[in-house]
Amino acid sequence: MGQPTHGHGGHGAGHEGGHGSLKSYVIGFILSIVLTIIPLVVVMNDMMGKTGTIVLILILAVLQFAVQLWFFMHLKDGENAKWNITALLFAALILLVVVVGSIWIMTYNTVAH
Amino acid sequence: MANSVSHKAEQHGHDHGHHHHDLESLKTFGFWIFLMTDVIIFGTLFAVYAVLRNNTAGGPTPEELFKMPGVIAETFILLTSSFTSGLAVLAMHAGKRNQLIGWLAVTFVLGAAFITLEVTEFIDMVHEGATIATSGFLSGFFTLVGTHGLHVSIGLIWMIGLMIQLRRRGITNVTKRKVEVLSLYWHFLDVVWIFVLTVVYLMGVM
Repeated sequence: MGQPTHGHGGHGAGHEGGHGSLKSYVIGFILSIVLTIIPLVVVMNDMMGKTGTIVLILILAVLQFAVQLWFFMHLKDGENAKWNITALLFAALILLVVVVGSIWIMTYNTVAH
Repeated sequence: MANSVSHKAEQHGHDHGHHHHDLESLKTFGFWIFLMTDVIIFGTLFAVYAVLRNNTAGGPTPEELFKMPGVIAETFILLTSSFTSGLAVLAMHAGKRNQLIGWLAVTFVLGAAFITLEVTEFIDMVHEGATIATSGFLSGFFTLVGTHGLHVSIGLIWMIGLMIQLRRRGITNVTKRKVEVLSLYWHFLDVVWIFVLTVVYLMGVM
């Protein structure tokens, strides 16, 4: 892993709208490890109440998603960035409607019992 | 092995015409749209799992079934493979073909280790009598986690094909786009796994 970081960043900046540097990948990797260890520690040691834990680990998962998008997938770079983000937001909207809607209906609106 | 230099020269001499370049970036965008539809597929499977989670039908519950050490190992293996696929992209942009193939190979080995652990886990569960037909919870579980595993397996086959193509053709505009798209796919699968870990395993053993 002893690749030089220099040279690449300068090259990438003008080339295709950037594809990250070794530094950004390493930062992303460290952040995602930290964001994975925290929920594991909290859950395995029963450190918080049930609702608190669920909220915390879901927030950390979403943060982890953001880290991967930002540092690994370079969402904001490239000429199609605007369209990539638009498509992502649309997918996220459908995702929320399907997941939250399903849970809501099956929890509070079933007639059977 | 030694012809990486000639390929580097070939890459620089390659047609940098706008037409070709635009087509490749359009294809990358097309792949992104596919990933977004995959988000919705996984979203519906997560919804199914969330809804069926408590329907264990007298079968094993998540707490009884899940063995966290294996799951934690799978998580860190996949996380590391997401990083190494990023390093492959970096090597590609530096024009280092052999390094690129090397990092793809590391990513492949990590991905194969992940699948091996997952398949072992599934086989153990089935031996304990926890099959896909045992309960609503297990139907949802095997469908969701199995679909992710299938994605990873397809990614592994794809990776072999791409490594062969890189050996033959070197780094061109086309193979470049293919590596970029594959690494997007791989990062995406890592993100899906993080949600599997959170929603299925962590919430299961709480």
